[in-house]
Formats: sequence, structure tokens, C-alpha cells
Amino acid sequence: MSAMTLTEKILARHADRDHVVPGDNIWINVDVLMTHDVCGPGTIAIFKSHFGGDKAKVFDRNKVVIIPDHYIFTADAMANRNVQVLRKFAAEQELPYYYDVGTPRYKGVCHIALPEEGHTRPGEVLLGTDSHTCTAGAFGEFATGIGNTDAGFVMGAGKLWVKVPPTMRFVFHGELPPYLMAKDLILAAIGDIGCDGATYKAMEFDGDGVYALNIEERMTLCNMVIEAGGKNGVIAPDQVTFDYVNARNAGQKPYTAAYSDKDANFCFEKVYDVGKLEPVVAKPHSPDNRATVREVKGTKLDRAYIGSCTGGKMTDFRAAASILKGKSVKIDTFVVPATSEIAQALKTERLNGQTLEEVFLSAGAKIGEPSCAACLGGPSDTFGRLNTPISCISTTNRNFPGRMGHKEAQVFLASPLTVAASAVGGVISDPRDAL
Amino acid sequence: MQKIVTGKVFVLGDNVDTDQIIPAQYLTFNPSIPDEYKQFGKYALSSVPPAQKGLPKGRIPFHTKDEFVSDYTIIVGGRNFGCGSSREHAPVALAAAGIQAVVAEFYARIFFRNCVNGGYLTPFESVDRLCEKVCTGDELRIDVVQGVMHNLTTKEEWRLKPLGEVAPILEAGGLFPFAQKAGIV
Repeated sequence: MSAMTLTEKILARHADRDHVVPGDNIWINVDVLMTHDVCGPGTIAIFKSHFGGDKAKVFDRNKVVIIPDHYIFTADAMANRNVQVLRKFAAEQELPYYYDVGTPRYKGVCHIALPEEGHTRPGEVLLGTDSHTCTAGAFGEFATGIGNTDAGFVMGAGKLWVKVPPTMRFVFHGELPPYLMAKDLILAAIGDIGCDGATYKAMEFDGDGVYALNIEERMTLCNMVIEAGGKNGVIAPDQVTFDYVNARNAGQKPYTAAYSDKDANFCFEKVYDVGKLEPVVAKPHSPDNRATVREVKGTKLDRAYIGSCTGGKMTDFRAAASILKGKSVKIDTFVVPATSEIAQALKTERLNGQTLEEVFLSAGAKIGEPSCAACLGGPSDTFGRLNTPISCISTTNRNFPGRMGHKEAQVFLASPLTVAASAVGGVISDPRDAL
Repeated sequence: MQKIVTGKVFVLGDNVDTDQIIPAQYLTFNPSIPDEYKQFGKYALSSVPPAQKGLPKGRIPFHTKDEFVSDYTIIVGGRNFGCGSSREHAPVALAAAGIQAVVAEFYARIFFRNCVNGGYLTPFESVDRLCEKVCTGDELRIDVVQGVMHNLTTKEEWRLKPLGEVAPILEAGGLFPFAQKAGIV
């Protein structure tokens, strides 16, 4: 029996097979299906139309997680209607894992809410109606985004066909310098392979540089594999993973971790010395349009944005606060915690006596409610949305034309350190000069 | 799946992501409600930068006579068509606008899956880089069985890659009818 990668092993196990090879088309059993307010209503309609209409029952009520997060704090009547559809469905199906808007259970960004609420476990299969579902690969599981039809199918059948992807391996060696973050590593990798460089492939991250990262930074790495076209990103679990998962595991569900075999076949390998990397940005209008901050330093900006599944976690805010502490921003700066748990932590965690929330407010930043907010534009009253063709530096994940609102807006993607330094400078600024 | 697709072509470039195909502000419409489905046709391709819209000239409107349905039947694109967000609203929007087939060098995976499993339109892969050979407005004819695309305006013809493993799903009309036939559900 030939060796397998972590991704191949998880897929084989979920197809009840001893072995799979890249290119195999297999039916896999799904451990968790996640949907949200943008794709949930369409998914539910497809599910009902094929599984018995009003009598339709989800395949397992403990395996369907619904997290409204996209268009929450808006007056848009259609957006509010969509949350109502989720609410009704969750009630009728008696779903234990529905995180309703306007209640203490409300979470915010699904990809951060999933691990916080214990729905991510090593060795499992997680499918979600959102391309950044790949974030959960940081927990050593197979996690990928799907459309409404696939999700409607999984909702009733609990399984889906997938094609086994070949795995690319990215090894990061060395100690991360204080001016770099996981965002710089993944932007470097995407810049190297291009925004189609991992199309139909898995991206596995390895090396002491990866295992030195905390779980949130590992999530940032896996989060952006879709920006290279990757099917999934994955990091084999270690004690850091187990400690996080075991403290939160919903229903204390047993799981079995998987690891790549020593002689597994990787279709590509690239090794990085993190000490030699530099802070980078992705220039408009593509996540692979990489430049070093050194090259674009001084570029005029109108706005800074810190938030999203990519850059709205506590590690991101700690980094931003370390630069914004005692300073004033020169441009409009929007801070959006990914989840309510993070929003709460901003009020309690302190940096030299001030809470992080106080650090941001006294620097002149505005703080929004936990949600996806302006990462993907959304309705015109969305907090931080680019409604005019301005220039913005952002900790988010995508800068294709129109992504954050106006189709002629210029979006630069960067780490929270670089975004905070740039907010203070009013131009693209190097975190090495600010730390 | 139709055996022959004919009609006018609208040409786009590389890395046309799903935010360009249907911007996020319109995702509040529910595609399963007929009146709202129409809106996807109206806003299809509305975030493509004007210079990239209708190549090689650019700045060509996708909709002319009807605000919901386009005159174009086929889209020819470049590399990595449909990258970015997983929104199934993207192939829905193209189909609602009257698009029956896309021909690109290759696709981002989720968009491709959504086209096939939702049964909205047929995503063909070209052998050549056709977005630099075909002009917006040309009349095309795709022969699905032969795997050939004819340009009726210029009398050129090109081979398309076989649909391969997704052909049975497309022939069945999408994931649900395919899985029913295969006895999965």
C-alpha cells in the first residue's frame, strides 16, 4: 500500500476506503456542514425541494451548523429576511447549533465561530457554503467551500462526491521576526505560485516556523489557500491544536487525527526561511500581486481596515494595538472583531493599562459590530464599505475589483502590523519603522 | 445538456472572480424565488471593470435590449475563470442572463463544481487561449459531441477538451438527478 498525505488519508477514511490517490472521484461522509445567511436560504430551498418539501429532515441535526455572519447590522430588508429564513429553519429542524442574531448566542464570522464553538476537530471533514471554509484546515481536518446545490445535497444525504486533490507542501523554517505575521507568509506563497497556482490541489503547511505559530496564525495560513485556488489547506495537529480543540469540542465528540506518511507523495514542495522574508502587500487587484512593503512604501491611502476571518482575530488586534498604542491614525480606520467573543476580549484584554478597545478608540479608529462587514462590500450601509473609489489597506483576504464595494476602489492586502503602521502614517508604511 | 450550443459570444479575460460576476450587494436575493432569480440576470457581470468587459475592445454592455437577459449565449474567458468566493449565485447569474456555456482555459474549482452540480451551464475547457482569438459579438457554434467550437463569423474552428468525469453529471442535469440515477439518494 503506497503512502498517503494527510488530506488523502482523511478522504480515504471518510469514503470507507483503505487507500485513495489524487484524481479518484469518491463519495465522502461529512462530519460538519456549515452555512450562513448569504447561502443558507438558497441551500435550504434546494434541500427541501429534493428531500420531501416541508417534511424534509436534515441528515443529522448535530452535524448542521448555521452561523449568520455576512449581512447582519444593516437596514437592508432582504438581508434581514434571509436571517429570518435561517431562524425558522433552525427552529423547525431543532438544530442545536444555530447562532441567532440578536441573542447572546450570536457569534459573527463563521470561520472563527466554528472553532470557538468547538466544531473543528482533527481528522474530520467540514464542508461549508463559503470559500474560506478552508480556514479550519488549521485544525488538521479536510475543510473546503461548496455551493448551494452541494450543500443542499449534503444537508439531506450527509455525503458528497469529491475528487481527491494532489498535495503541495509548503515548509517554513526558522523563527518569525517580530515584524512578520502569518499573513506575510501566505501572501509570499500566493505571490510565488499565483492566484491559480494551487487550483484543484491541497496545500499542506509544515516546518518549525509553522508549528511555532499559535492556532489563530495557523488559521490565517489556511484561510488564504483559496486565494491560490487551493481546494483545502491543512496543518497536521500538534499539542497546540489538541489543547485548543479539547477545551472546546462541542459534544466532546471523539476524533482521530491524521498525519502525512513520511514517504507520502507531494506534487510540489517549496521551503522558506522565514528570517529572510519581508513584510509584503498584495497590490490591487489580485491577492497574488505581491510587492514588498519596501517597494510600495509611501503610497497614498484613504482608509485602513482591520477585520474579517483573515485578519479580525485576537492575535491580529494585539499586533495592531502594539503599533496604535499612544498614536493617532491619519486616515479613517475601521476595526471589526470577527466574533462576539473577540469583541468582548477587546474590552477586557489590556496593553500597558489600556484595554485594546481603548487603544483603538484613543488612536481615533472606529470599532464595528462582529460580522463579515466590509470585507466583501455588502449592502451600502455596511460598516467600513468602500462606497467611493478610494484607496484602502486591509487585513482581509481578497482585492479583486469591487470586492470591498466600489469597483474602482484600490485595495492593498497586508498584515495587521503593516495595516496599523500605515493607518498611523496615512501612507503604506513599514512595520519595522513603527515597532 | 444540449448537444449544440449556438449564439453570440461575450469575451472576458483572466481571473474573472465571482465578485465580478455577481457583486456581494446582490447576494441578498434568493435564487430559489423566481422574481429574485431574474435580478441575478440583471446584475450579472456588473463588477467587471469596463475596460475588460467585452474584449478585445472593452466597454461593451453585457445587456442591450432587455435589462434582465443578455443577447449573448456563450462566454469565452481566459485562465482561472470564476475564482474567489464560492457563491453559487455566480453561475446562477450567468444562466439567468441567458448564458448556456462558458469556454475558458481552466476554471477555479468551486465555480466549476457549481456549474456542473447545479446544472446551470456547461463549463468547457479550451485547448488554445481563445479569449485572444474570439471577438465579442462573433457567432459561435459548440458541438458538444464532437468537442469542437466553430466561429461562424470568421470560419475558424478549435478543439475543446473532453468534459471527462463530469459529463455524466451534466448529462443527467446536475448532482441530484445524477445521484438518483446512481442510487445514492
